[in-house]
Amino acid sequence: MSDSAIEAKAAQAETGVSGAGGVRWRDTAHFAVRNPKLLIGAGVVLALLATGLVGPLFIDNPPNAYVGPKSAPPGGGYPLGTTSFGQDVWAQFVFGLRATFLVGLVGGGIAAAVGMVVGFTAGYRGGLVDEVLNMITNIVLVLPALVVLIIAAAYLEARGIWLQGCFIGLTSWPWVARAVRAQTLSLATRDFVDLARMSGRRAYKIVFREIAPNMSSYLFMTFILLFGGAILIAAGLDFIGLGPTRGVSLGLMMHSAVSWSALSGGMWWWFVPPGLGITAIVGSLYIMNVGLDEVFNPRLREL
Amino acid sequence: MLDLRQVSKTYRVGAFGGRRLHAVRGVDFSVRPGEVVSLIGESGSGKSTIGKMVLRLISASSGTIAFEGADIAGLRGHARTKEYYSRVQGVFQDPFSCFNPIFPADRVFELVRAEYAGAVSQAHWRARVEDALTTVGLDPAQVLGKFPHQLSGGQLQRLLIARALLLDIRMLVADEIISMLDASTRIDVLNLLGDLKARGLGILFITHDLSLGNYISDTAVILRRGRVVERGATSAAFSAPAHPYTRRLLASVPQLHTSWQQADARLAQEGEGECPGCAAGGRPGEHGPVDLADDHAVGCYTAA
Amino acid sequence: MRRVSLDVTDLAVYYRTLRGDVRALDGVSFSLADGEIMGLAGESGSGKSTLAKSLIRMDGRMRRIRGRVELDGTELPVDDQRAMVPFRFHEVSLIPQYAMSALNPTRRIGRMIRELIRSRGIDYTAVHPELLRRLELVGLDAQVLDRFPIELSGGMKQRVVMVLSTLLDPSLLIADEVTSALDVTTQRSVAEALAGFRDRGFITSMIFVTHDLALVHQIADTIMVMYAGRPAEKASSRTVIEAPRHPYTRMLLSSLPEVGVTFSGKRLEGIPGQPPGLLDPPEGCRFRDRCPLAFAKCAEEPPFTEVAPGHWAACWKVEG
Repeated sequence: MSDSAIEAKAAQAETGVSGAGGVRWRDTAHFAVRNPKLLIGAGVVLALLATGLVGPLFIDNPPNAYVGPKSAPPGGGYPLGTTSFGQDVWAQFVFGLRATFLVGLVGGGIAAAVGMVVGFTAGYRGGLVDEVLNMITNIVLVLPALVVLIIAAAYLEARGIWLQGCFIGLTSWPWVARAVRAQTLSLATRDFVDLARMSGRRAYKIVFREIAPNMSSYLFMTFILLFGGAILIAAGLDFIGLGPTRGVSLGLMMHSAVSWSALSGGMWWWFVPPGLGITAIVGSLYIMNVGLDEVFNPRLREL
Repeated sequence: MLDLRQVSKTYRVGAFGGRRLHAVRGVDFSVRPGEVVSLIGESGSGKSTIGKMVLRLISASSGTIAFEGADIAGLRGHARTKEYYSRVQGVFQDPFSCFNPIFPADRVFELVRAEYAGAVSQAHWRARVEDALTTVGLDPAQVLGKFPHQLSGGQLQRLLIARALLLDIRMLVADEIISMLDASTRIDVLNLLGDLKARGLGILFITHDLSLGNYISDTAVILRRGRVVERGATSAAFSAPAHPYTRRLLASVPQLHTSWQQADARLAQEGEGECPGCAAGGRPGEHGPVDLADDHAVGCYTAA
Repeated sequence: MRRVSLDVTDLAVYYRTLRGDVRALDGVSFSLADGEIMGLAGESGSGKSTLAKSLIRMDGRMRRIRGRVELDGTELPVDDQRAMVPFRFHEVSLIPQYAMSALNPTRRIGRMIRELIRSRGIDYTAVHPELLRRLELVGLDAQVLDRFPIELSGGMKQRVVMVLSTLLDPSLLIADEVTSALDVTTQRSVAEALAGFRDRGFITSMIFVTHDLALVHQIADTIMVMYAGRPAEKASSRTVIEAPRHPYTRMLLSSLPEVGVTFSGKRLEGIPGQPPGLLDPPEGCRFRDRCPLAFAKCAEEPPFTEVAPGHWAACWKVEG
């Protein structure tokens, strides 16, 4: 490498733009608390999460219990009104939020875990292992995931939220694997990886302690995207009637609202809250992701 | 101590690995304790590939690399690899890339401690680290706890040498370690290698810079396209280069007190010459190393 | 006395950063005669690359603080990107270090050159014969235009860029570390080809930026050595190599190993210490902390003065 490249590095170091370590995290925090996209996105997601976590504690009856008058508009004892069967929409909404976050967490978590294990292994090991894993990844990638989900969901008699999350996770990992593999490949050629090998480190430690921390921001953003993606897929499945057979979720609420003609009946309070909830969660997650990108990526920062 | 015999490395390239790329072809040389051997070559000569093979970061396609009598390809399993690395260590060209940018620079020492010296007490280890840092001419207070970007290239490169010294190494592979350093500091790192050699270390010094190879090494191995073109005591190889390629290379090196024109004139006067190995009985243009004198051999591959 | 082609007066360029200004170039004055090849040498952080960039294309973080640059009697608007456009390529041209690696690998060389030339508002067909002639001069045939960048070696790419950037006979050519990434044999042919361009009149004068003193004195008429954002010494190549006056130049030269010098024979010594940080550089001579000759007066900044005809140095210990 050349002298002027060193100068560039020195200048970078001096400006701290792509500096590292303590300085980097301090800089990241500096930009994070000043990024409106990140703050707004995270704020909305956290507020909804809190609602989903705390809300159910104040509701005495199960969300699907027939407690009130039928088709009552918002007001009175029912802040979001009731369904045409007399179920409390607010109760369904807060329990549904809980389920929706759970699906996102399980689906996104499984996809991230599988994708990272496959990606790290393929990228670091290389050779035959890489080729086999790559083949599997590509096969799963071209499977029409939604169709598989529909068929699997249709076959299973009793379906729960956990099962739905697992299915979503097991079909949405391939692109994570590919991206992680590509990053691992490029990081594995860096000299510090060779140095760790010459320090007698085992392969898994090199991957998790040397390589992974260098892409932590990227992995975090990937998880956020997977989280949002899983929620959307779950909502889609619920909406077409392949959601959990028991329980409640935002997608199921929309499903029953449409099935029992809430749209034509003018019962907007039945379908607007779940629709808005899903849109708000997924939309905020994406906005948050854009914000995170700006925070982590020095080139996108506005000075 | 280190013996390479007919070492080759071939890569499969192209679609379905159809083509072969011969990075290193039948290279022999040895490194003795207390000796600096420089591998000198232009890009594509295979010099770094040889260094990586010696460090077991890639495997040889054929031939044997023996360290203290044992073929290093036979070192299977994690424990034996680890044992090998406690004897042989390397330092690379780009000091910035050798440090994980998100951790403090002295983490390279912690890795060594975690793997090799887990039982050593904190205070004792600290003393060893400070001792190694002093050996390489660094002030511990100035470098410990700093992040890589807060240190200069020269300081980082010395940290890496200090790291190697924490282990009881017998052999150091130094791959272009000073080509990224500034002129005013590179000579100090070079002198440090000289001091290590005086302590009995064998050093494999890989460089593209003939003047550096000449300054530090006892034996020079000139490589071209993966093959040994000339090998011999540095004094012989540089003052009386035998192979036309070595002569041309030497004439192209920019020198402070000799202009290229003067070097050309000298070359013209002495003549680029024929390969003396061909005259001494090798097959013209395609012979392996032929001994010209004690410790001076030329190989010729112009026909191939 | 030859005509002055480039005249730089007290040029200072800082990098703007979150933590304040990095004073990368802090008061540089020199001039370049017609036909002069000046080697600009220095270590990392010496400001040589900043100086080279300032003369043709400042990046967004660079700010001119003071000073002026005159080329052939016209002031160069160095900190005005738009006003610089008519000068670039026509009057001042740059060969960057990794010229070809920045270009589109999916385009053939010929197409790339054609598009580039047209984008500068020049008729390609008019310059085509001259392009071929010059490619031939540097040892490339016309077929090179039908190839992709990946098919060329580093030296060939460098020569294509050399021809391209001097096609309009610019007054000043800036070669920024053009030989650093090349092998010694290629290095030599590229450096000699550049000197040949000057001899043929393709360029009037040239600044050859490098960290390699042994290389630059082979082709340069004069050498300017920079240290920590300021010039330390400028003189004819021969004088700089054989009879340097500035202590930094002397120590730098004595630390360079040469073919023929060995560790066991003559142990060379480096310069202890490090260059000062340029975020908040010390007052006075910036080499003071590493200089064995430093004395009280060095707390004042030494002027860059002519100590002998054609020999400038910035050191209180160097008497005129």
